Amino acid sequence: MSNVGIVIVSHSPLVAQGAADMVRQMVGDEVPLAWCGGDPGGGLGTSVEAIMQAIERAWSEAGVAILVDLGGAESNSEMAIEMLGGDKAGRIAICNAPVVEGAVMAATEASGGASLAEVQATAQELSPA
Amino acid sequence: MISEAQLRELLDAISATITAHAEELTTLDSAIGDGDHGANMKRGFDAVAAEAAALAGKPLPEALKAIGTKLVMTVGGASGPLYGTMFLTLGKELATAPEDYTSAFRKAVDAVAARGKSAFGQKTMLDVLYPVADALDAGKSKAEILAVANDEVAATKDRKAIRGRASFLGDRSIGHIDPGARSSALIVEAIAGAL
Repeated sequence: MSNVGIVIVSHSPLVAQGAADMVRQMVGDEVPLAWCGGDPGGGLGTSVEAIMQAIERAWSEAGVAILVDLGGAESNSEMAIEMLGGDKAGRIAICNAPVVEGAVMAATEASGGASLAEVQATAQELSPA
Repeated sequence: MISEAQLRELLDAISATITAHAEELTTLDSAIGDGDHGANMKRGFDAVAAEAAALAGKPLPEALKAIGTKLVMTVGGASGPLYGTMFLTLGKELATAPEDYTSAFRKAVDAVAARGKSAFGQKTMLDVLYPVADALDAGKSKAEILAVANDEVAATKDRKAIRGRASFLGDRSIGHIDPGARSSALIVEAIAGAL
C-alpha cells in the first residue's frame, strides 16, 4: 500500500486499541495501521521493542506517522526509530498531537494519498504552536 | 583498563543496588510521577544481571552497548531510553577513544540531555550526572564524587520540575526528591564501590 501508515503508541493497550478502532471506523481500511501499549512487563508504559514491531506492521513505502500519548511514549518512539535505523528511520515521523484526534486526522489525510510531511502537519494542527 | 572480573562485579553491584532500593525509587516516583520507576529500573537491571556473565566476557565498549540496548528494550517508561542512551553512548565513545573515561562520561550525559530535551537544574537525573561529570573532570576522589552525587540528589528537592511527568505538577513538584536523580546517584555509588 502506498498510503502513509499510522502507528498509535499509548501507555495503555486499551487506549491504543480504542484509538485504532476509531480510526478504522471513521477512516476505513485504506491506511496501514498498527498500535501498541504497555511496558515490557505488561504494566502501563511503553516498550521500544513493541513500537519497533508496530512500525513494521504499519510499514508503507510512503513512511509511517506515529501518534504518542505521554513523555515516555515519545522518547521510546524516538529510540525505536533510531534502532530501526537505515533508510526506514528517515521515513518515520512522530506527530506532536493529541493521540485520539491526531490519529483520526492523520489517517484521514493519509487515506487521500498525502505525503508523510502533510500527514504530520495535519495532525499537528491540533496542537497549539 | 577494566577486567572481565571487575565488569562482572560492577554489573552485579548496580543490579543489587537497584534491587535494594527499588521500593524507595517507586515511593519517590509515586509522589511526583507515575510510581513505576523502581519496578522499571529493577526489570531493566535484572535483565542485565541475567546476562552478566556473557556481557562481562565482551570487550568493554561492546558490553556497554549491549547493556544500553538491553535497558532500552526492557525498562519501559521514560527512563529506558535515557539510561539506555547513557550506556550506548559510553560504549560508542570508548570504542573510539578507549581509556578516556571522563570524556566518554560527559558525552554520555550530553546524549541523555539531548534525548530528554532537558538540561541541568530541571529536577532530573541530569542534576546529578552533570556535577558528577564536573567532579570527574576535576580529578576528585571517589568519596568526593559520591558526596557531590548525594548533595545534588538532595538539592533536587527544592527545584521545580520542568521536564517529564513531574512537570505536570508545576509548583507542587517542589518539596520532593527527583527519583531519576536518586537512581543516578545509586548507580554512581554502585560503580564507585565496585571499582
